[in-house]
Amino acid sequence: MYQELRGRKGTMSISPVVTIVIPFITMAACVLLSHFPRLQRLIGIGGALALTGAGAGLLDTVYHHGIQVVQVGDWPAPYGITVVADLLSAIIVVATGVIGSCVMIYSCVDIDPPRQQWGYTALLHGLLFGICAAVLTGDLFNLYVWFEVLLMATFVLVALGGGRGQLEGALKFVALNLLASSIFLAAVGLLYAQTGTLNLADLRLHVEATPLRGVTLAIAVMLLIAFGIKAALFPAYFWLPASYHTPPVAISAALAALLTKVGVFAMLRVFTLVFPLPDTWLQTWLLVVAGLTMLIGAMGAFVEQDLRRVVSYLIISEVGFIVMGLGISSRLALSGAIYFMLHTMVATANLFLITGVLERRLGSACWSRAGSIYRLRPGWALLFFLSAFSIAGLPPLSGFWGKLVLVQAALATGHLGLAALALGTSLLILATVARIWSRYFWAEAGQQAVEQLQRPSGRHEQLFFGVPVVLLATITVMLSLAAEPVLRLTGEAAESLAAPAGYLQAVLGEH
Amino acid sequence: METALAVVVGGLVACGLYLMMRRSLVKLILGLVLLSHAVNLLIFTAAGLRRGRPPFIPPAAAEAPPTTTDPLPQAMILTAVVIAFGVAAFSLVLLKRTQEEVKSDDLDDYTITDIDASPGVPNASASPWQRGRNEFPCTRNSAEEKER
Repeated sequence: MYQELRGRKGTMSISPVVTIVIPFITMAACVLLSHFPRLQRLIGIGGALALTGAGAGLLDTVYHHGIQVVQVGDWPAPYGITVVADLLSAIIVVATGVIGSCVMIYSCVDIDPPRQQWGYTALLHGLLFGICAAVLTGDLFNLYVWFEVLLMATFVLVALGGGRGQLEGALKFVALNLLASSIFLAAVGLLYAQTGTLNLADLRLHVEATPLRGVTLAIAVMLLIAFGIKAALFPAYFWLPASYHTPPVAISAALAALLTKVGVFAMLRVFTLVFPLPDTWLQTWLLVVAGLTMLIGAMGAFVEQDLRRVVSYLIISEVGFIVMGLGISSRLALSGAIYFMLHTMVATANLFLITGVLERRLGSACWSRAGSIYRLRPGWALLFFLSAFSIAGLPPLSGFWGKLVLVQAALATGHLGLAALALGTSLLILATVARIWSRYFWAEAGQQAVEQLQRPSGRHEQLFFGVPVVLLATITVMLSLAAEPVLRLTGEAAESLAAPAGYLQAVLGEH
Repeated sequence: METALAVVVGGLVACGLYLMMRRSLVKLILGLVLLSHAVNLLIFTAAGLRRGRPPFIPPAAAEAPPTTTDPLPQAMILTAVVIAFGVAAFSLVLLKRTQEEVKSDDLDDYTITDIDASPGVPNASASPWQRGRNEFPCTRNSAEEKER
């Protein structure tokens, strides 16, 4: 079966394993070279760029040749470990590579030498490694293991540096995520006892045969809770605003763009492939949770004054929108959810990076010390404007298209209340962004802040802060202007999520 | 036997969650460790306990006898134990460092991520490696400071 698939792939194709191996090798190299900071940075950037390239190759291969499957050790599917790349996972691998590259370039200046020496670069690549492996695995227990790998990297990244704020943030972050991991593992164990398999495709066949009731339903709910904590959904989002504003901003940006999205990815995978949502009460539940997440995130963002915390709450709200797409579960909604996920990864990472630049200048991300940025630093202000108003959903920016598709899907399936809530939340986010804009960028600043802003920036700063921020802003613009081709791609990804016959066939062979 | 172990698992989960909800930092970590043990035992129990039926194929038979023990859950537990061990080691170091920094075991004192120092006072929460970066953190009443 594997041979057959390999034959079909042709010569130019990229195996999904490559995108797992690249960050791993980069990580190992960075550990070995911890005494050569410059070389380490170079390898870090190179590794992330290589991951982006390989991810793009993988996406191309999957797009043209269908789902790519590697059975590790050539053990047939339900018995061995399966690595599967479908369109959704390939898209996320590319996005991970892009975010990783931008953060890596940014951190050349932003991350201080002690952190670099104590393994920052290796840990960041550990995070990329865990994410790529987690999105490419076709096995639930493996998903747990990769989750732990990436969590371990993020635990250390959040705590690295060890001031009081970082340690307290890390503690809250670690405690809630470990709780989620325990629930996840318990669900995996029970599911194995129930079905005798952990291969996602094989699980689908087992679960399909029995109605979603009793123990199976309980397991589905446990998985929902575990992924919900990791994705920062409504009742369990407290760890996110408590920890994202404490580490250096490059780390915050990487976590903001990547971490919650892995939780969302796990939901997208499990609740389309293993436990399809339509017509279960789980769906109603998820829609309620999604609605509350959107609203609470926006409300939290509205009352915060520290720019980093505002963005942290905006992430929560954005996750609510993605989960709303999953909850509706029609093809259009799933497509919108995937598009929205791409948009929010790029936009929130960029918001964090720009916040970091301003914070570095002003000594604070708090608006009581800021102001006049639009007058003195129009470039940064415009870049911020682009990402922030994209998140608010102002046409023609990328957030608008994502929300448009999601609201259309909600209206098409008769979820009128949810559509209204989504629109209301968008209005609240717009108000939040406008408030930030007027207080932070427009209001006249004090003498000290003006002097700090007027200080010319060094060449290093310009290069290493400018390149990733402009790159991410360009991607936001591209997502906005090329919304239709991107939506066509995510539409195909959604198609294979909603009707997983192709996935089952690719993994399990003829049935 | 399964019933007894199920009760033990339930007891461990209850103890773990109870400890996690206490205000002591040490108990929080102990609760997490107990919880991971409970889950490992749960996997072990849920997969079915069979005594004296090793998962080997006898030399004469073509395939394994129908009621052998399933070895996979034990492999999963082994993986989970290793992960839990690493995580527990990290949590303990984090606990020690945090306690040194905050000088309290009471989780109610761990509020610096929610409310920072008073306005104008240099940020005590910043890492020693980045003093001068986020020097003046945001506070609830710094908005009044801004009013002009």
